[in-house]
Amino acid sequence: MSESTATDIENRVRGFIAENLLFSKNGYPHTDETSFLETGVVDSMGIMELVMFIEEDFSINIEDHEVIPDNFDSVCKVGSYIRQKMTSAS
Amino acid sequence: MLVHEFLERSAERTPDKVGLICGDQRLTYAELEASANRLAHALCARNLNRGDRVVLWLPNTAELVVSIFAVMKAGGVFVTMNSTAKADKIEYVVKNCGACALITSGRNAPIASDLLLDVDSLQSIIYGSPLPDEDTSSNSLSYDGIQEEYPDDRPEKVNIDLDLACLIYTSGSTGEPKGVMSDHSNLVFAARSIIEYLENVEDDIVINVLPLAFDYGLYQLLMTFKFGGTLVLERSFAYPAAVLQRIQDERVTGFPGVPTMFAVLLQMDLRHYDLSSLRYITNTAAALPTTHIEELRRTFPSVRIYSMYGLTETKRTLYLPPEQLDRKPGSVGIAIPGTEVWVEDEQGRRLGPGDVGELVVRGRHVMRGYWGDDQATSERYKPGALPGERVCYTGDLFKMDDEGYLYFVSRVDDIIKSRGEKVSPKEVENVLYSMRGVLEAAVIGVPDPILGEAVKAFVVVDGEDIDENTILAHCKAHLEDFLVPKYLEICSELPKTASGKIQTTGLT
Repeated sequence: MSESTATDIENRVRGFIAENLLFSKNGYPHTDETSFLETGVVDSMGIMELVMFIEEDFSINIEDHEVIPDNFDSVCKVGSYIRQKMTSAS
Repeated sequence: MLVHEFLERSAERTPDKVGLICGDQRLTYAELEASANRLAHALCARNLNRGDRVVLWLPNTAELVVSIFAVMKAGGVFVTMNSTAKADKIEYVVKNCGACALITSGRNAPIASDLLLDVDSLQSIIYGSPLPDEDTSSNSLSYDGIQEEYPDDRPEKVNIDLDLACLIYTSGSTGEPKGVMSDHSNLVFAARSIIEYLENVEDDIVINVLPLAFDYGLYQLLMTFKFGGTLVLERSFAYPAAVLQRIQDERVTGFPGVPTMFAVLLQMDLRHYDLSSLRYITNTAAALPTTHIEELRRTFPSVRIYSMYGLTETKRTLYLPPEQLDRKPGSVGIAIPGTEVWVEDEQGRRLGPGDVGELVVRGRHVMRGYWGDDQATSERYKPGALPGERVCYTGDLFKMDDEGYLYFVSRVDDIIKSRGEKVSPKEVENVLYSMRGVLEAAVIGVPDPILGEAVKAFVVVDGEDIDENTILAHCKAHLEDFLVPKYLEICSELPKTASGKIQTTGLT
């Protein structure tokens, strides 16, 4: 496991979505379980931006076929996915 | 023929066939019909009269599909709205069309309850899943409750094919959306004509990731139910890999898309998927760049690729027969079967090959005009050669080659095409101006490799406490996703004409 702690990962993901996709100054206004797809929190272009952010910020390589709702449809799922990728890379 | 008879006839012919796959749901034609009948009875019981409008503000779900057919069965007119539309736009549309009912998700309950109080015409709200946390009004019902309570026999027919079937709201250069009125005969004709050139058969399985609020998405549903195929309805294209997996798993044969989707797909490694079931791909909403056409041809050598052009005011207008794609990759083709088009100059003279003019459309797919807007209707739809006939002036400049194939040149107005959707600069500017501290605003489209055009806003603000994110957050709260500017520039001033009007021509 890298230096990133569980809370740190989710914090960075929430922070990115809040600032860059929701343009919010008050943080991420939803729960970590909120489905992006069901609620429209993040749209299709937003998912692409989120993928690019994660690749860069966490230095992991995301394959096209991994960008599916099971891995990317909530802060919670994104957090688990990042941890899994970091573990398998270490 | 009436549009809801597409479902009824398929339910009679192949009741046990799966007509709709949506998430984990697989619904047969008989089940879809029974659900639509129950909801139609509920609408009638809530005093829906012939020709009354019902706004459907739902994402792509089975509930939306059933609602579309239920409204028509009850003799009403359905009005589909994008699920990402915000409260202001829904309020505008509900008021503009004088809707008597709204069907929406329980998540929108606070907005829906306010509308029920504020809009006189609105008598009922029907909530799909998830249900609202609190159900406070006696005028609200649940979709699931209706399905348990009402009978599934077919309601008596009340309409003829000259009655309206739907209003599709589309962006106009004035910034206020206009409801294009389609009667049943318009929709039936257009669906039949498109099915003819796509050569759809009952075995076709069509995947639709486009919103059903977008007429291109809506027609996938109507056409599939007409030819008795199967529609795989996806929420969106947010997860392209999931869509590709769906194509593989369901053995999809037809894949309609817009240029943004194909640009994304062509960047992906498609070797993970077996896409051999695909028979055809269609593109419309904006032209595919020639390089993308070539790449699609290489990637899907045995798939028929249709380049098309249309506008909500006539549904589909042109298609390029796939066998012409290699010869004429820049063309969007010829008139769809049973219709005719020509290019006209400002004096109304028909132009020959090579000359640029406005595309004019004649046929039974020419819709009935804009709801409650006679002036806009008379500008778009003008008298044709025969008494009582109307033809549609598209507002798009085209030219024709020696063989009669048509090429899009540019728009007459300033509408931007982003992600395949029409963006009215005025609509975005209006929202920018509604923000305190915004003094001036101008919106343009800039080239973008994925979006086609990206929305870019230039804003002059009063004071320093407004930054880019504050403005974008305001846009996000009031505009659908595709209307929110991708780029925003805060300027000290905007260029003006001699008369003081903001000039967008020099902005980049």
